[in-house]
Amino acid sequence: MKYSKSHDVLQQTLIVVTTYFLLAFAFYLFFAGHNDPGGGFIGGLTAACSLMLIYVVFDRKAANDVIQISFVPVVAIGLLITLGVGFIGIIFGDAYLEQFFGYYTFPFFGELELTTALPFDLGIFLVVVAVAMVITLTVAEDED
Amino acid sequence: MSSLHIAIIIPFLMAIVIPIIYPYTKRLHTGWIVLLVPTIIFVYFLSYLPITSNGETLLHSMPWVPSLGINFDVYLDGLSLIFALLISGIGSLVVLYSIYYLNKATERLQNFYTYLLIFMGAMLGVTLTDNLITLYIFWELTSLASALLISYWYHRKKSVYGAQKSMLITVFGGFAMLAGFCILYGITGTFSIREIIGQVDAVVASQLFLPAMILVLLGAFTKSAQFPFHIWLPDAMEAPTPVSAYLHSATMVKAGIYLVARLTPVFGGQAVWFWTLIIVGLITLAYGSVTAVRQKDLKGILAYSTISQLGLIMSLLGVGSAALFVSDGEAVTFYAVAIMTALFHLINHATFKGSLFMTVGIIDHETGTRDIKKLGGLMTIMPITFVISAVGLASMAGLPPFNGFISKEMFFTGMLRATEADFFSANSIGFMLPIIAWIASIFTFLYCLIMFVKTFLGTFKEENFDQKVHEAPLGMLISPLLLGSLVIVLGLFPNIVADSLIAPAVTSIIPTLTLDNVAVDFYLWHGFNTELLMSIGVVLFGTGLFLLMKKWSKLEIYKRERDPLHWFYDKGLDGLITGSQAITRVQMTGLLRDYFLYMSIFIVLLLSWTFWYADAWNLNTANLAELPIFMVVIAVVFIMACLCLPFIKKRLTLIIFAGIIGYIMALFFVILRAPDLALTQLLIETVTVVLLMLAFRHLPEMADETVKASKKTFNIIVSAAVGITVTVVGISAYSLSTDAGLTSISDFFIENVYELGGGTNMVNVILVDFRGLDTMLEVLVLGIVALAVIMLVKHRFKGGEDV
Repeated sequence: MKYSKSHDVLQQTLIVVTTYFLLAFAFYLFFAGHNDPGGGFIGGLTAACSLMLIYVVFDRKAANDVIQISFVPVVAIGLLITLGVGFIGIIFGDAYLEQFFGYYTFPFFGELELTTALPFDLGIFLVVVAVAMVITLTVAEDED
Repeated sequence: MSSLHIAIIIPFLMAIVIPIIYPYTKRLHTGWIVLLVPTIIFVYFLSYLPITSNGETLLHSMPWVPSLGINFDVYLDGLSLIFALLISGIGSLVVLYSIYYLNKATERLQNFYTYLLIFMGAMLGVTLTDNLITLYIFWELTSLASALLISYWYHRKKSVYGAQKSMLITVFGGFAMLAGFCILYGITGTFSIREIIGQVDAVVASQLFLPAMILVLLGAFTKSAQFPFHIWLPDAMEAPTPVSAYLHSATMVKAGIYLVARLTPVFGGQAVWFWTLIIVGLITLAYGSVTAVRQKDLKGILAYSTISQLGLIMSLLGVGSAALFVSDGEAVTFYAVAIMTALFHLINHATFKGSLFMTVGIIDHETGTRDIKKLGGLMTIMPITFVISAVGLASMAGLPPFNGFISKEMFFTGMLRATEADFFSANSIGFMLPIIAWIASIFTFLYCLIMFVKTFLGTFKEENFDQKVHEAPLGMLISPLLLGSLVIVLGLFPNIVADSLIAPAVTSIIPTLTLDNVAVDFYLWHGFNTELLMSIGVVLFGTGLFLLMKKWSKLEIYKRERDPLHWFYDKGLDGLITGSQAITRVQMTGLLRDYFLYMSIFIVLLLSWTFWYADAWNLNTANLAELPIFMVVIAVVFIMACLCLPFIKKRLTLIIFAGIIGYIMALFFVILRAPDLALTQLLIETVTVVLLMLAFRHLPEMADETVKASKKTFNIIVSAAVGITVTVVGISAYSLSTDAGLTSISDFFIENVYELGGGTNMVNVILVDFRGLDTMLEVLVLGIVALAVIMLVKHRFKGGEDV
């Protein structure tokens, strides 16, 4: 595809900085999800947005050098995590996809809540990021 | 999870492991690794023999979807044990045989054994589960594995045709069966077979008894290749011979028998069940045996012979079901003999037909042909194969001292007893049953004789064969030898399976019987009686027909090998394809606009009809909340933006407007206090706009609409109707629920989210916990969409593909 070929230094620098903030925000949203607005889906979309920004502003080659990820396998990995977490319930003699949670005290962090919903959400996060990127990049790269 | 669960799951796990380890174990034939699985399972199930022969049963429960009554419950009783032993026992012999049958250098062994293991696990699941839905799932898995195995040599057109045929017919039956199970659930409120048996009175009293019975029997009949659904079995013979020996004679086709036996306590004791099974069974028996005589292919003969023997077992189960009707203790045992025979013949059939299939496989493998017109004189060249085949054929023909003789004599006994019945109006046409059985047995004897003489006697013509004919390697002979010796052992000492295997199974089919009053005794010599006279008649008439073969083999009907019923299937399939193509041509115009039109019209009609039917119109606006003024302003802007869309000519402006609409939607979410939704909406809008921008250059110039005014008006009417319907549905639903005083479901979540889900964000906890399955399947859909996009864009058709 023809990405913008402009050499707008200001724009590019700004986007690099913004991307970090966006990724951090995606990270926050992902972990905040259980108790505040956020979660795997929203976090994933935010992360996808930040990655897309790089593709929009830089050309394809430069973007690929920075983001060395093939997104199709990530879809599979995310799906496997999501499907796999469901089996935890079965192992403990409960129904499929039964989620568990508990509160544990860690040194340095203090008391934290650990839940099986987190890996489940992680799977969703990965699928959403990867699907958004796969679709956008495939459509954009189409030469015909 | 109990060890029984694990026994069912092990084959599936192995099926996953085989393709992974296959590349590393190429020097070893994969079959040796696979062989461990059925052998271990067989030994494991043997250890249950003392338990079930005491009349004890085992039940291990494992919740799966408990709220819907779907559980992976495993129930082991005498009947299940017979099948489990057959599946694993014959399974190990077949795997052993396949090691020598399939060449490890040229065959795709990893595929073969993966399918075979899936089949094995599914079959164990069918026979061991107590839950009807679980049974159904395993049942369809066996159909799937069977189709994969039939099409194992997928470059052959006939294999694919056979696989498709078996799939279409058995899956059709499976769907019918599922519907029958659902009706049973509707009557009894449970999917557990034991609990349904406990509520037999309710089932029998229900008006839906007959539909449920017919639907369930459709499943059983298609699977067990009963007339007229038997047409898939001969075509399934395109599979490799180990598969034919295993699936299409010893195990899968008997799943239907199993189902009928298992549900006899539910449906049995009724005239309609009694007669359906007897009539279908006897027609299949007679039709199969007569058609088998006409076959020229050895596997074809065996296929029709299997069909006919399955009919025999089915009719015996029909006669035996009378034991549930008669209340008197002696009369019960009188009819239970038929059930005993059915089970005994089930075991016998697996032994002799298994060994026969294997010897036919050997003949095919060593001579390169299965055509009886070419074969002949193999007796001296393949002596061991000859002996095994002779034993198997004699047993199938019902000659002493082999096990087939005993079960055939008892089959005659069963049919004769049906004539003595003074219920179900059996006294009117009941006399026909032994006559049909007898005639069918003559033909059974005849095709066995033909197969024997044409293959092994006569002169050996070397020019008929492309390869040098010699005896099979020893390894290939082990399995048929073992099965052949079982044929003799069971013939001479039939009582070794009587008390241990058959008696407990009889008590699970006829619950009115207990182990104490089941008198299972098999005798090779049972005195001079009608049955023996009938058998002598079979031999005399069969030999007579064979001697006259020169005359009747010139008849046109003998030469026509192909079953005329295939015509219906082929024509039906053709009609289905042409019909669906015609409909597709009308419906698939290639215009998104048309598809939306169809969907909208359908939805509006469906909703209006439902509303009219349920009388749910309720446009009471009294309870609706007041709208603050700024909401009205936003709504007006929103509507204006929507109305602008049709009039915009430039694509960029269109994208921007679509974005505006999306962002206003997000604003609504913010105002109505749904931050999660608002965030999602905002992000989705952003991603969509970016996507459209990136793809912008690919989009064609917007052409002016060239739609007729009349069609335009129609489209406007439909879209207005959709809008009105949705509004009316929304208002009616709201006011009806307030009128009825329904409490909102959110109360439940507000109370329980923190306690049960451990989170304070209700939306998120619902997504990951309460409705986790929905979310999981949604991301699955997302993944599929991504793959579809890649398919459409990167692998797009260049034209001229063969689809």
